[in-house]
Amino acid sequence: MTSRSPIPSAPWLLAGPGALFFFGLVLLPLALTVILSFQAYDHSTGIQNTFTLSHYITVVTDGYYLEIFWRTLRIAALTTLICAAIGVPEAYILSRMRDPWRSVFLLVIIGPLLVSVVVRTFGWSMLLGSQGLVNQALQFVGFAPARILYTETAIVIALVHVMLPFMVIPVWTALQKLDPMVEAAAWTLGASHLTALRRVVMPQVTLGMLSGSLIVFGLSASAFAVPALLGGRRLKMAATLVYDEYLQELNWPLGATIAIIVLVANLCIMLAYNRMVEARARRTLG
Amino acid sequence: MAFLTLKGVSKEFGMFTAVRDVSLTIDKGEFVSLLGPSGCGKTTTLQMIAGLVEPTEGRISLDGRDITREKPNRRGLGVVFQSYALFPHMTVAQNVAFGLEMRRVPQAERTDRVREALVLVQLSSFADRYPRQLSGGQRQRVAIARALVIAPPVLLLDEPLSNLDAKLREEMQFELRRIQRKVGTTTIMVTHDQAEALSISDRVVVMEGGRMTQVDAPYRLYEQPSNAFISSFVGKTNLLAGTWRRNGTTNAADIGGALLEASAPEIAAGTPVTLSIRPEKILLCDAGAGRLEGRVASRFFLGSQWLFTVETPIGIMTVSTPNLGVEPAAEGSPVGLDWSPDNMRIIAGTAAAA
Repeated sequence: MTSRSPIPSAPWLLAGPGALFFFGLVLLPLALTVILSFQAYDHSTGIQNTFTLSHYITVVTDGYYLEIFWRTLRIAALTTLICAAIGVPEAYILSRMRDPWRSVFLLVIIGPLLVSVVVRTFGWSMLLGSQGLVNQALQFVGFAPARILYTETAIVIALVHVMLPFMVIPVWTALQKLDPMVEAAAWTLGASHLTALRRVVMPQVTLGMLSGSLIVFGLSASAFAVPALLGGRRLKMAATLVYDEYLQELNWPLGATIAIIVLVANLCIMLAYNRMVEARARRTLG
Repeated sequence: MAFLTLKGVSKEFGMFTAVRDVSLTIDKGEFVSLLGPSGCGKTTTLQMIAGLVEPTEGRISLDGRDITREKPNRRGLGVVFQSYALFPHMTVAQNVAFGLEMRRVPQAERTDRVREALVLVQLSSFADRYPRQLSGGQRQRVAIARALVIAPPVLLLDEPLSNLDAKLREEMQFELRRIQRKVGTTTIMVTHDQAEALSISDRVVVMEGGRMTQVDAPYRLYEQPSNAFISSFVGKTNLLAGTWRRNGTTNAADIGGALLEASAPEIAAGTPVTLSIRPEKILLCDAGAGRLEGRVASRFFLGSQWLFTVETPIGIMTVSTPNLGVEPAAEGSPVGLDWSPDNMRIIAGTAAAA
């Protein structure tokens, strides 16, 4: 009847497990990584307990690292763009399907998520290899065999395959909320199918496309398995670079520095993008 | 002069026939309602006229031009959808202007016509609002303005009032009729509400199970329903099943032993018939003074009228009487029922299952 504690305990107890989990597995390691990135490193004696900014200076001045960052950004942006170009029409077609087929195709789209990324990536490396199915097909048609494996193209192809569901599902959800008669209304007012899509349907899936793009961009920029297996030893992306610093060079502070820079850059890009698109969508959709 | 013609139009969805052999001609400026219970094919019929559904069979022509296979965006008909289907990301003015924009109407003329349309539906001061900031009745009027601004040859309304509450619905009925009278656009409205169909249409098309069963002016539809379904769907009625008898000069139906007079000389004696009489055509009188004796089982006060259910030897009868300002017969009291034999209708056939 009368609760003696002045603060109701239920909300704290309910939020507790999640908060603990978040603190232990996200905040704590992140804080340790930040600290690590400011510690000095010596090749003969290992990690020193002295504060230094030298790793940050190294990373932002060395063309080697900047090239890898630039490549990561380019590949993530390209993957997001291609995912949007394929995923949005795919989601639209999906939303217009009748029921037995819709369930089947939804499963086809989500299906790849049920297979390990590593397994799927090996699949791509077999398809794209110099004697892979793609090259055999090219030769059969009469073209010269192309070098696809261990190029950025291979990475983008595999990333698009992995990331597509993350674009299709939010857009599909946005389309589900749309009254199908709204499109019909545009037709009866004289709009062609294409105009109706552009003027009426697209503006309303902007928010779905935004969340899809954010997920795809974030996951692509920090992808590890795909660039590690399809990029080869030379073609590195941010995540594989961090891995190499930690496990090949054993320079943990430098690895931590790169990880933090990638995190901050990723955060800045996503927040800026979010603000830009959401502000526009808010104004009209409320 | 037939303006819009449907000739033998049918629509099948797989094994299911939604609309079966509908033929209808509508004159210019007419207000026609398609009335029927849900699933009777009325909305499918409307969508075929709008071009959103392609008929399996039959032809639709508008002003002498065959439009059966024409795309909806080439037909130029105004459609008001049940959900209104306003564009949520556009203001009221942009919604209304959309159809003009598609027709490449110059900016200045577009602004004028949008303003006129908003004056017509009394929403001038809401031009810059978004649909989500409007009430149901206002959204509905935006939808009407958007459909009318393109000056369509035919206006199609799909259950336009069904999402409104009762009071607003009544107001909008008259509003709709006022607008239609003013612009003179040929209008087809789909509805499941018989009162709505009767009050504002020039003609009502009753549909049952995908077929058209009666096309008539509202008054004639109410007074001379062609079957038992229509007589009970359009307004209330008392249905009495019995056998036709002839006693010399009088024609009457034998309903459970009671002989009820009605006029239909061409029916052979012994034929099973169904009689129908509307509750407001029956008068309550003192016990012993009427054609039928009964006892008031219950009564309901509806404000402008009273609704009685009366137990009689031939079954329960529903009677409605105007509220004349004095309290009528109490529950349980014996009463007599009287009516003019002219108001006793004979419904064709034996479809008396209801």
